[in-house]
Amino acid sequence: MFENRRLLRVLRRTVVQAVPTVLGIVVLNFLLLKLAPGDAADVMAGEFGTATEETMAMLRRQFGLDLPLLQQLLAYLGNLVQFSLGFSPRYGMPVSELIGQRLPSTLMLMGLALAIAVVVGIALGTTMAMTAGRWTDRVLSVVSLLFYSVPGFWIGLMLIVLFSVKLGWLPSGGQETIGAGLTGLDAVADRLKHMILPATSLALFYVAIYGRLTRAAVLEVASQDYVRTAAAKGLAPLTVTLRHVLRNALLPVTTLAGIHFGGILGGAVVVETVYSWPGLGRLAFESVMRRDFNVLLGVLLLSSFLVIIANTLIDLLHAWLDPRIEVR
Amino acid sequence: MTAATSGHTPDIAVAAPPLGSWRAVRAFLRNPAAVLATLFLIMVAVTAVAAPLIYPEDPLSMVARPFLWPGQNPTFPLGSDSLGRDVAAGLVWGARISLLIGIAAMALGVTIGIVVGATAGYFGGWIDDALVRLIEIFQTTPSFLMLVVLVAIAEPRVESITVAIALVTWPTIARLVRAEFRSLREKDFVTAARGLGYGHARIIFIEILPNALPPIIVTSSVIVASAILMESALSFMGLGDPNRISWGSMIGAGREMLRTAWYLTFIPGIAIVLTVLALNLIGDALNDALNPRLSSEP
Repeated sequence: MFENRRLLRVLRRTVVQAVPTVLGIVVLNFLLLKLAPGDAADVMAGEFGTATEETMAMLRRQFGLDLPLLQQLLAYLGNLVQFSLGFSPRYGMPVSELIGQRLPSTLMLMGLALAIAVVVGIALGTTMAMTAGRWTDRVLSVVSLLFYSVPGFWIGLMLIVLFSVKLGWLPSGGQETIGAGLTGLDAVADRLKHMILPATSLALFYVAIYGRLTRAAVLEVASQDYVRTAAAKGLAPLTVTLRHVLRNALLPVTTLAGIHFGGILGGAVVVETVYSWPGLGRLAFESVMRRDFNVLLGVLLLSSFLVIIANTLIDLLHAWLDPRIEVR
Repeated sequence: MTAATSGHTPDIAVAAPPLGSWRAVRAFLRNPAAVLATLFLIMVAVTAVAAPLIYPEDPLSMVARPFLWPGQNPTFPLGSDSLGRDVAAGLVWGARISLLIGIAAMALGVTIGIVVGATAGYFGGWIDDALVRLIEIFQTTPSFLMLVVLVAIAEPRVESITVAIALVTWPTIARLVRAEFRSLREKDFVTAARGLGYGHARIIFIEILPNALPPIIVTSSVIVASAILMESALSFMGLGDPNRISWGSMIGAGREMLRTAWYLTFIPGIAIVLTVLALNLIGDALNDALNPRLSSEP
């Protein structure tokens, strides 16, 4: 009972703090995009080749691009209040529908990448900490620093060369085998096969971060008195590490997993390009190039929203894990 | 890349040794990896500066038969690309862009970060609240997405790419500086400076800032690394300066021939990895040297 009330308080505080942040993001992004030279009408006219002044004016009027800036902003905010992200002139459909089509594949990719990063990173970091100062630790430290230094798009391309071109084990792009008409488990396996390479390229950077963080956290916790007690009462070293050390060392790692959500989303823009993955990142990039600002604003807003949700979940998780946490 | 922004600097306030002390330098020099990395970076920097002497010809011009593999023709040790451009020349000229953008973006980002972070941490109150909100807005938007938007709408050029990278990196520094200033502003020497009637600017820049420098220096080397990664990702996506060759744009061009001529993608990538790795190794060594209590040895 008391527990729930405390969690609710944490939740309410986060939501209250998020509202001005979201509003700030909307207004800032809106103004930024409106300051940009060129709009959707320009790009469309350029592509059609034969646009007169009249058709341009008509296009602008149709999209509401001829109104004063403040009026456009208010109209956009008015739409938002009604949970509408506006309409994309380029794709000819509501922005929310467009994003809805792309979001699941990006979330799947990010989810798998984050899972790989957390699991491999924690394993790597624990191994490094347990062998701290010895050669295993030194080698793994350099390896993790190497992961930290590799550009995601480049390792993506190299993985394609190795696993699709040379070995022919995994597909080099796309989300599924087109036209194969797979169903049931086969379809799932096919999806997974397409996800392995992009998720790995996306995860590598974060594997390094979690590895290093876990190493530091484990080493710090390992010097605590209760760990010595656990060892003194004769528990096996592995039990001590898993039960007593790792559990307490994971708190800082989970904090960062929330923050990194945004980073992985940004990384998805590049990795989706490499693997022609039909996701949100690709959509964002296409809409920048086409000056389709309604879509772009929608994607930016949604990604900020996802980051805020991820952070809120982490806050709640922390409040639940550690009763001392109330107000930061 | 993006992603690359979030540094791995520990979030702590350190009681740092005075910067002038030789102890830190000695500690740094005792680290063989760091010394090696420094030597490598010096080599890259010298090559970058001397590019016009080594390869006087425009690296974007056609000089050889297309698709020479590395080692096939001794005149072009790293081969040539689909348009007969010398890969080695591209590498040398690309180093210029990478280092130039990396260092300039870091300098600009760190300056903005110090000013904002110091103001927020030193004054506190509503100024702090407002600036923290601003930092939050920037940190809530995925930074690479933001970067793509900024560069795409401002025409990709060296200057705009630099400014855009600085705009997405300053919040990291600002948070760090703010935390340092918050812990330092209550210290006796600051109170003493206030008692002597020093102005705010003098207290911030001459009294507090030098004491907050060690973690800023460590993070700066990591930021150069991530700026180089961001620039390469941008030019890979076709958002680099079209008139300058860069490692990222070489990879982007090589991608089309990935199946037949993978060396075109491989070679510039190795250049990026080694340069960024060297910077990160230096960042680690600086961290150990400047924060002796947090040395990575147990």
